[in-house]
Amino acid sequence: MYFHSLAAALAMDGHGPYVWSAYAVTLLVLAFLLIAPGRKRRRLLRDINGELKRRKHAPTTVGEEA
Amino acid sequence: MWSFFHKLGSPPWLYNIAGAILRWLLPITLVALAVGLVWGLLFTPPDFRQGNSYRIIYIHVPAAVVALAGYYVMAIAGAISLIWKMKMADVAMKCCAPIGAALTFIALVTGSIWGKPTWGTWWVWDARITSMLILLFLYLGVVALYEAYDNKEAAAKACAVLSLVGTVNIPIIYKSVDWWYSLHQPASIKFTGESTIDPSMLYPLLLMIVAFYALFTCALLMNMRAEILARESRTGWVRKLAFSGGRG
Repeated sequence: MYFHSLAAALAMDGHGPYVWSAYAVTLLVLAFLLIAPGRKRRRLLRDINGELKRRKHAPTTVGEEA
Repeated sequence: MWSFFHKLGSPPWLYNIAGAILRWLLPITLVALAVGLVWGLLFTPPDFRQGNSYRIIYIHVPAAVVALAGYYVMAIAGAISLIWKMKMADVAMKCCAPIGAALTFIALVTGSIWGKPTWGTWWVWDARITSMLILLFLYLGVVALYEAYDNKEAAAKACAVLSLVGTVNIPIIYKSVDWWYSLHQPASIKFTGESTIDPSMLYPLLLMIVAFYALFTCALLMNMRAEILARESRTGWVRKLAFSGGRG
Protein backbone atom coordinates (compact mmCIF):
# COMPACT_ATOMS: atom_id res chain seq x y z
CA MET A 1 0.00 0.00 0.00
CA TYR A 2 1.23 3.48 -0.78
CA PHE A 3 -0.23 5.22 2.31
CA HIS A 4 1.21 4.59 5.79
CA SER A 5 -2.01 4.99 7.76
CA LEU A 6 -5.75 5.20 7.33
CA ALA A 7 -5.63 8.91 8.16
CA ALA A 8 -3.07 9.50 5.43
CA ALA A 9 -5.20 7.59 2.93
CA LEU A 10 -8.26 9.65 3.88
CA ALA A 11 -6.41 12.97 3.73
CA MET A 12 -4.30 12.27 0.57
CA ASP A 13 -2.21 15.36 1.31
CA GLY A 14 -5.24 17.63 1.10
CA HIS A 15 -6.74 16.05 -2.01
CA GLY A 16 -8.76 13.52 0.01
CA PRO A 17 -12.15 15.28 -0.13
CA TYR A 18 -11.90 15.60 -3.93
CA VAL A 19 -10.75 12.05 -4.60
CA TRP A 20 -13.14 10.36 -2.16
CA SER A 21 -16.17 12.38 -3.25
CA ALA A 22 -15.44 11.59 -6.93
CA TYR A 23 -15.24 7.86 -6.10
CA ALA A 24 -18.41 8.05 -3.97
CA VAL A 25 -20.46 9.68 -6.76
CA THR A 26 -19.16 7.13 -9.27
CA LEU A 27 -19.97 4.14 -7.05
CA LEU A 28 -23.49 5.43 -6.43
CA VAL A 29 -24.19 5.83 -10.16
CA LEU A 30 -22.64 2.43 -11.03
CA ALA A 31 -24.62 0.69 -8.28
CA PHE A 32 -27.81 2.24 -9.63
CA LEU A 33 -26.94 1.09 -13.18
CA LEU A 34 -26.52 -2.52 -12.01
CA ILE A 35 -29.40 -2.71 -9.51
CA ALA A 36 -32.23 -0.83 -11.24
CA PRO A 37 -32.74 -3.04 -14.36
CA GLY A 38 -32.87 -6.30 -12.36
CA ARG A 39 -35.50 -4.83 -10.04
CA LYS A 40 -37.53 -3.60 -13.01
CA ARG A 41 -37.42 -7.04 -14.65
CA ARG A 42 -38.51 -8.87 -11.49
CA ARG A 43 -41.35 -6.37 -10.93
CA LEU A 44 -42.54 -6.92 -14.52
CA LEU A 45 -42.59 -10.70 -14.04
CA ARG A 46 -44.55 -10.29 -10.79
CA ASP A 47 -47.06 -7.93 -12.44
CA ILE A 48 -47.61 -10.23 -15.41
CA ASN A 49 -48.09 -13.22 -13.11
CA GLY A 50 -50.55 -11.24 -10.94
CA GLU A 51 -52.50 -10.18 -14.01
CA LEU A 52 -52.79 -13.80 -15.19
CA LYS A 53 -54.03 -14.96 -11.77
CA ARG A 54 -56.62 -12.16 -11.60
CA ARG A 55 -57.95 -13.05 -15.00
CA LYS A 56 -58.24 -16.74 -14.10
CA HIS A 57 -60.53 -15.93 -11.16
CA ALA A 58 -62.58 -13.31 -13.02
CA PRO A 59 -65.91 -14.36 -14.61
CA THR A 60 -65.55 -15.11 -18.31
CA THR A 61 -68.93 -13.65 -19.30
CA VAL A 62 -70.05 -10.13 -18.50
CA GLY A 63 -73.54 -8.84 -17.79
CA GLU A 64 -75.18 -12.05 -16.56
CA GLU A 65 -76.06 -11.02 -13.04
CA ALA A 66 -78.82 -13.05 -11.38
CA MET B 1 -24.58 -17.27 -40.52
CA TRP B 2 -28.13 -16.26 -41.38
CA SER B 3 -29.59 -18.54 -38.73
CA PHE B 4 -27.50 -16.64 -36.18
CA PHE B 5 -29.06 -13.35 -37.26
CA HIS B 6 -32.42 -15.02 -37.19
CA LYS B 7 -31.84 -16.08 -33.59
CA LEU B 8 -30.53 -12.63 -32.68
CA GLY B 9 -33.88 -11.23 -33.73
CA SER B 10 -35.80 -13.69 -31.55
CA PRO B 11 -36.82 -12.13 -28.21
CA PRO B 12 -36.88 -15.34 -26.09
CA TRP B 13 -33.53 -16.47 -27.45
CA LEU B 14 -31.94 -13.08 -26.77
CA TYR B 15 -33.52 -12.93 -23.30
CA ASN B 16 -32.10 -16.33 -22.35
CA ILE B 17 -28.65 -15.88 -23.89
CA ALA B 18 -28.33 -12.49 -22.14
CA GLY B 19 -29.19 -14.18 -18.85
CA ALA B 20 -26.60 -16.90 -19.48
CA ILE B 21 -23.88 -14.33 -20.28
CA LEU B 22 -24.74 -12.25 -17.20
CA ARG B 23 -24.35 -15.25 -14.90
CA TRP B 24 -20.58 -15.24 -15.41
CA LEU B 25 -19.90 -11.71 -16.75
CA LEU B 26 -21.50 -9.90 -13.80
CA PRO B 27 -19.30 -11.53 -11.09
CA ILE B 28 -16.16 -10.97 -13.20
CA THR B 29 -17.13 -7.32 -13.68
CA LEU B 30 -17.67 -6.74 -9.97
CA VAL B 31 -14.32 -8.33 -9.05
CA ALA B 32 -12.41 -6.37 -11.74
CA LEU B 33 -14.08 -3.15 -10.62
CA ALA B 34 -13.29 -3.76 -6.94
CA VAL B 35 -9.64 -4.68 -7.64
CA GLY B 36 -9.17 -1.70 -9.96
CA LEU B 37 -10.73 0.77 -7.52
CA VAL B 38 -8.61 -0.33 -4.55
CA TRP B 39 -5.47 -0.52 -6.71
CA GLY B 40 -5.92 2.98 -8.11
CA LEU B 41 -6.99 4.52 -4.82
CA LEU B 42 -4.46 3.03 -2.43
CA PHE B 43 -1.64 1.15 -4.15
CA THR B 44 -0.41 3.37 -6.97
CA PRO B 45 2.16 6.12 -6.39
CA PRO B 46 0.96 9.75 -6.60
CA ASP B 47 1.62 11.81 -9.72
CA PHE B 48 4.70 13.98 -9.24
CA ARG B 49 2.99 17.08 -10.58
CA GLN B 50 -0.70 16.56 -9.71
CA GLY B 51 -0.23 14.75 -6.39
CA ASN B 52 -3.04 12.51 -5.22
CA SER B 53 -5.85 14.24 -7.11
CA TYR B 54 -4.77 12.36 -10.24
CA ARG B 55 -6.25 9.16 -8.70
CA ILE B 56 -9.56 10.38 -10.11
CA ILE B 57 -8.34 9.39 -13.60
CA TYR B 58 -8.93 5.72 -12.68
CA ILE B 59 -12.66 6.41 -12.90
CA HIS B 60 -12.71 9.53 -15.09
CA VAL B 61 -10.88 8.10 -18.12
CA PRO B 62 -12.70 4.71 -18.20
CA ALA B 63 -16.10 6.42 -17.83
CA ALA B 64 -15.31 8.84 -20.68
CA VAL B 65 -13.87 6.11 -22.96
CA VAL B 66 -16.87 3.83 -22.50
CA ALA B 67 -19.35 6.73 -22.78
CA LEU B 68 -17.92 7.37 -26.26
CA ALA B 69 -17.80 3.68 -27.24
CA GLY B 70 -21.37 3.28 -25.98
CA TYR B 71 -22.47 6.00 -28.35
CA TYR B 72 -21.14 3.98 -31.30
CA VAL B 73 -23.04 0.92 -30.05
CA MET B 74 -26.22 3.01 -29.80
CA ALA B 75 -25.78 4.59 -33.25
CA ILE B 76 -24.97 1.25 -34.95
CA ALA B 77 -27.99 -0.40 -33.28
CA GLY B 78 -30.06 2.58 -34.43
CA ALA B 79 -28.82 2.18 -38.01
CA ILE B 80 -29.67 -1.55 -37.99
CA SER B 81 -33.16 -0.87 -36.66
CA LEU B 82 -33.64 1.87 -39.25
CA ILE B 83 -32.43 -0.14 -42.26
CA TRP B 84 -33.66 -3.67 -41.47
CA LYS B 85 -36.50 -2.77 -39.07
CA MET B 86 -35.00 -5.21 -36.59
CA LYS B 87 -36.94 -4.85 -33.33
CA MET B 88 -34.19 -6.20 -31.08
CA ALA B 89 -31.74 -3.63 -32.50
CA ASP B 90 -34.22 -0.96 -31.47
CA VAL B 91 -34.33 -2.48 -27.97
CA ALA B 92 -30.52 -2.32 -27.83
CA MET B 93 -30.48 1.31 -28.96
CA LYS B 94 -33.09 2.37 -26.42
CA CYS B 95 -31.27 0.55 -23.60
CA CYS B 96 -27.88 2.14 -24.44
CA ALA B 97 -29.08 5.70 -23.89
CA PRO B 98 -29.56 5.83 -20.09
CA ILE B 99 -26.29 3.91 -19.48
CA GLY B 100 -24.36 6.24 -21.77
CA ALA B 101 -25.91 9.24 -20.06
CA ALA B 102 -24.87 7.90 -16.64
CA LEU B 103 -21.27 7.29 -17.78
CA THR B 104 -21.01 10.73 -19.42
CA PHE B 105 -22.37 12.22 -16.19
CA ILE B 106 -19.65 10.39 -14.21
CA ALA B 107 -16.95 11.65 -16.61
CA LEU B 108 -18.18 15.26 -16.30
CA VAL B 109 -18.61 15.22 -12.51
CA THR B 110 -15.29 13.50 -11.74
CA GLY B 111 -13.53 15.78 -14.24
CA SER B 112 -15.03 18.78 -12.53
CA ILE B 113 -13.97 17.55 -9.08
CA TRP B 114 -10.46 16.89 -10.42
CA GLY B 115 -10.35 20.34 -12.06
CA LYS B 116 -10.82 22.23 -8.78
CA PRO B 117 -7.50 21.29 -7.12
CA THR B 118 -5.64 20.95 -10.45
CA TRP B 119 -6.81 23.82 -12.65
CA GLY B 120 -8.30 25.91 -9.83
CA THR B 121 -11.80 25.87 -11.31
CA TRP B 122 -14.79 23.50 -11.35
CA TRP B 123 -15.76 24.27 -14.91
CA VAL B 124 -14.43 25.89 -18.10
CA TRP B 125 -16.15 26.16 -21.47
CA ASP B 126 -13.34 24.21 -23.01
CA ALA B 127 -13.69 22.30 -26.33
CA ARG B 128 -13.33 18.83 -24.74
CA ILE B 129 -15.65 19.56 -21.84
CA THR B 130 -18.29 21.32 -23.93
CA SER B 131 -18.38 18.50 -26.50
CA MET B 132 -18.77 15.98 -23.64
CA LEU B 133 -21.69 18.05 -22.33
CA ILE B 134 -23.25 17.85 -25.81
CA LEU B 135 -22.78 14.04 -25.65
CA LEU B 136 -24.74 14.02 -22.37
CA PHE B 137 -27.55 16.01 -24.01
CA LEU B 138 -27.58 13.64 -27.01
CA TYR B 139 -28.00 10.63 -24.71
CA LEU B 140 -30.69 12.38 -22.67
CA GLY B 141 -32.29 13.52 -25.93
CA VAL B 142 -32.71 9.91 -27.07
CA VAL B 143 -34.22 8.98 -23.69
CA ALA B 144 -36.63 11.92 -23.80
CA LEU B 145 -37.54 11.46 -27.47
CA TYR B 146 -38.46 7.84 -26.81
CA GLU B 147 -40.81 8.91 -24.04
CA ALA B 148 -42.34 11.64 -26.21
CA TYR B 149 -43.89 9.22 -28.73
CA ASP B 150 -46.86 6.96 -28.09
CA ASN B 151 -46.21 5.11 -31.33
CA LYS B 152 -43.25 2.71 -30.78
CA GLU B 153 -42.25 2.59 -34.45
CA ALA B 154 -42.20 6.35 -34.85
CA ALA B 155 -40.15 6.64 -31.65
CA ALA B 156 -37.66 4.05 -32.90
CA LYS B 157 -37.23 5.88 -36.20
CA ALA B 158 -36.83 9.33 -34.63
CA CYS B 159 -34.34 8.11 -32.02
CA ALA B 160 -32.29 6.21 -34.62
CA VAL B 161 -32.03 9.36 -36.75
CA LEU B 162 -31.08 11.48 -33.72
CA SER B 163 -28.37 9.06 -32.61
CA LEU B 164 -26.96 8.79 -36.15
CA VAL B 165 -26.83 12.56 -36.58
CA GLY B 166 -25.19 12.83 -33.16
CA THR B 167 -22.21 10.67 -34.20
CA VAL B 168 -20.78 13.88 -35.75
CA ASN B 169 -19.95 14.85 -32.17
CA ILE B 170 -17.76 11.79 -31.44
CA PRO B 171 -14.69 12.61 -33.59
CA ILE B 172 -14.99 16.20 -32.36
CA ILE B 173 -14.63 14.96 -28.78
CA TYR B 174 -11.63 12.78 -29.69
CA LYS B 175 -9.83 15.52 -31.60
CA SER B 176 -10.89 18.50 -29.45
CA VAL B 177 -7.65 18.49 -27.44
CA ASP B 178 -5.58 18.61 -30.64
CA TRP B 179 -7.71 21.02 -32.69
CA TRP B 180 -8.27 23.75 -30.11
CA TYR B 181 -6.09 25.27 -27.46
CA SER B 182 -7.45 23.43 -24.46
CA LEU B 183 -6.96 23.18 -20.72
CA HIS B 184 -7.65 19.46 -20.99
CA GLN B 185 -4.47 17.43 -21.31
CA PRO B 186 -3.99 15.30 -24.46
CA ALA B 187 -4.21 11.50 -24.33
CA SER B 188 -1.45 9.74 -22.38
CA ILE B 189 -2.21 6.26 -23.75
CA LYS B 190 -1.57 5.78 -27.45
CA PHE B 191 -2.10 2.80 -29.71
CA THR B 192 0.72 3.99 -31.95
CA GLY B 193 3.94 5.10 -30.34
CA GLU B 194 5.08 5.34 -26.74
CA SER B 195 2.52 5.99 -24.02
CA THR B 196 3.46 8.83 -21.70
CA ILE B 197 2.37 7.06 -18.54
CA ASP B 198 4.33 4.88 -16.13
CA PRO B 199 3.45 1.14 -16.07
CA SER B 200 2.63 1.35 -12.34
CA MET B 201 -0.22 3.71 -13.30
CA LEU B 202 -0.99 2.22 -16.72
CA TYR B 203 -1.96 -1.29 -15.57
CA PRO B 204 -4.61 -0.29 -13.02
CA LEU B 205 -5.97 2.21 -15.57
CA LEU B 206 -6.21 -0.47 -18.27
CA LEU B 207 -7.92 -2.81 -15.79
CA MET B 208 -10.47 -0.10 -14.99
CA ILE B 209 -11.14 0.54 -18.68
CA VAL B 210 -11.80 -3.18 -19.22
CA ALA B 211 -14.00 -3.25 -16.08
CA PHE B 212 -16.05 -0.28 -17.34
CA TYR B 213 -16.53 -1.95 -20.74
CA ALA B 214 -17.73 -5.09 -18.96
CA LEU B 215 -20.01 -3.01 -16.75
CA PHE B 216 -21.53 -1.32 -19.78
CA THR B 217 -22.17 -4.73 -21.33
CA CYS B 218 -23.78 -6.05 -18.12
CA ALA B 219 -26.00 -3.00 -17.68
CA LEU B 220 -26.99 -3.12 -21.36
CA LEU B 221 -27.93 -6.83 -21.22
CA MET B 222 -29.89 -6.32 -17.98
CA ASN B 223 -31.75 -3.33 -19.42
CA MET B 224 -32.51 -5.27 -22.60
CA ARG B 225 -33.92 -8.22 -20.63
CA ALA B 226 -36.33 -5.90 -18.80
CA GLU B 227 -37.25 -4.08 -22.03
CA ILE B 228 -37.89 -7.36 -23.90
CA LEU B 229 -40.23 -8.53 -21.12
CA ALA B 230 -42.11 -5.24 -21.17
CA ARG B 231 -42.62 -5.38 -24.94
CA GLU B 232 -43.47 -9.09 -25.06
CA SER B 233 -45.68 -9.14 -21.96
CA ARG B 234 -48.67 -10.54 -23.91
CA THR B 235 -46.84 -13.44 -25.52
CA GLY B 236 -46.99 -17.06 -24.42
CA TRP B 237 -43.33 -17.45 -23.50
CA VAL B 238 -43.32 -14.41 -21.19
CA ARG B 239 -46.54 -15.59 -19.50
CA LYS B 240 -45.03 -19.01 -18.96
CA LEU B 241 -41.88 -17.39 -17.58
CA ALA B 242 -43.89 -15.17 -15.22
CA PHE B 243 -45.98 -18.13 -14.10
CA SER B 244 -42.87 -20.14 -13.20
CA GLY B 245 -41.58 -17.19 -11.14
CA GLY B 246 -38.90 -16.13 -13.61
CA ARG B 247 -37.07 -19.47 -13.72
CA GLY B 248 -37.81 -21.20 -16.95
